[in-house]
Amino acid sequence: MYNFDFVKPTTLQDAIAALSRDEAMPLAGGQTLIPSMKQRLAAPSVLVSLTGIPELKGVCRADDGAVCIGAATTHAEIARETAAIYPAIAALAGGIGDPAVRNRGTIGGSLANNDPSACWPAGVLGSGATIVTNTRQIAADDFFQGMFTTALEPGEIITEIRFPVPEAAAYAKFEQPASRFALTGAFVAKFADGVRVAITGASEGGVFRWREAEEALGASFSPEAVDGLSVSADGMIGDLHGTPEYRANLVRVMTRRAVARAQ
Amino acid sequence: MPQVTMTVNGRQVMREVEGRTLLVQFLREGLGLTGTHVGCDTSQCGACVVHVDGKAVKSCTMLAAEADGAEVTTIEGVTPADGGMNPVQKAFQDHHGLQCGFCTPGMVMTATALLAENPRPSPQEIRDALEGNICRCTGYHNIVKAILAASGQDVSALAAE
Repeated sequence: MYNFDFVKPTTLQDAIAALSRDEAMPLAGGQTLIPSMKQRLAAPSVLVSLTGIPELKGVCRADDGAVCIGAATTHAEIARETAAIYPAIAALAGGIGDPAVRNRGTIGGSLANNDPSACWPAGVLGSGATIVTNTRQIAADDFFQGMFTTALEPGEIITEIRFPVPEAAAYAKFEQPASRFALTGAFVAKFADGVRVAITGASEGGVFRWREAEEALGASFSPEAVDGLSVSADGMIGDLHGTPEYRANLVRVMTRRAVARAQ
Repeated sequence: MPQVTMTVNGRQVMREVEGRTLLVQFLREGLGLTGTHVGCDTSQCGACVVHVDGKAVKSCTMLAAEADGAEVTTIEGVTPADGGMNPVQKAFQDHHGLQCGFCTPGMVMTATALLAENPRPSPQEIRDALEGNICRCTGYHNIVKAILAASGQDVSALAAE
């Protein structure tokens, strides 16, 4: 990889200032960015580490009951800290990659990258979470804008993610065994006013809500409720791991498994 | 160039590094600790696993500059000071938990981190913990057996295959 200046600020303000430098990029856990830089897919001139800023770390409970997770909190820490308060999110975090990856990778890094096969976009969109940045709050429905694309402006930093806690929820993924990313994953969350279903790994447009299933599950929150549904293979990812038709089928299968797990 | 200071296997070291220096390069090329291996260099294989502040990480996917101020333990650091082997290493030897041995440093570091967190893991928990450690000799069965033995559990239920 090409060389760069490395800076590790200890406050959000200093991080924002450092990110205004020419060709600066933020570095969270680095589990995607460092491999991308090795391949020269990314070549920042300045890397601004976000791992030394205490206010970006940790899990807490807001007054309204929401689970608030600092953007630089690692997957491993989230798995531990949310086990009692939002088990579906704890299970999702504890199933990402492998233990060593979970000890470095962060929720904010994963969301800012918006890999079409990452787990967090499904958990965040499926929960209807809010992404808080240094300048504003962004609803999950507005945040994800296609493969590797988000609503974030240059220099904007995710500081926190706020998850409303549903009545029942679960995540189910079919893993691509080499990369451990989701070949297809479904996050299902049942709230008092309806059900949300978010699918990752399947679509060329990145994470998306499966509205048809949301409607069917809103009427009857049972695995059988999605049996009669099908998803079009149009726009689904096709690669050596699976055809678009295979992924379209997995959307229903993984949703069904997630609902069964949430019972 | 940034200067980093860290404690590696109990010894404080201070070096100048480039921003792009990976922790594994720092350990191997900077400090001569070549027990930590580079297998895939893409964070898939786990041959480079070391402990940073007690947590297992893939040192090929962490910058040396990010370990500034940290406590780092490599395979060289788990060996008792008087030589010999620690209980995990001994169990790998007793149960033939290695063939070529290339993946072994990473396996031992991952296993040590697992046992620190979960002193009596089930065979399935051991397999889950090893998800990010690849053995090309396909020695997983005996690796699982060795880790089970290192945790003081009975391995007779895991038949030799």
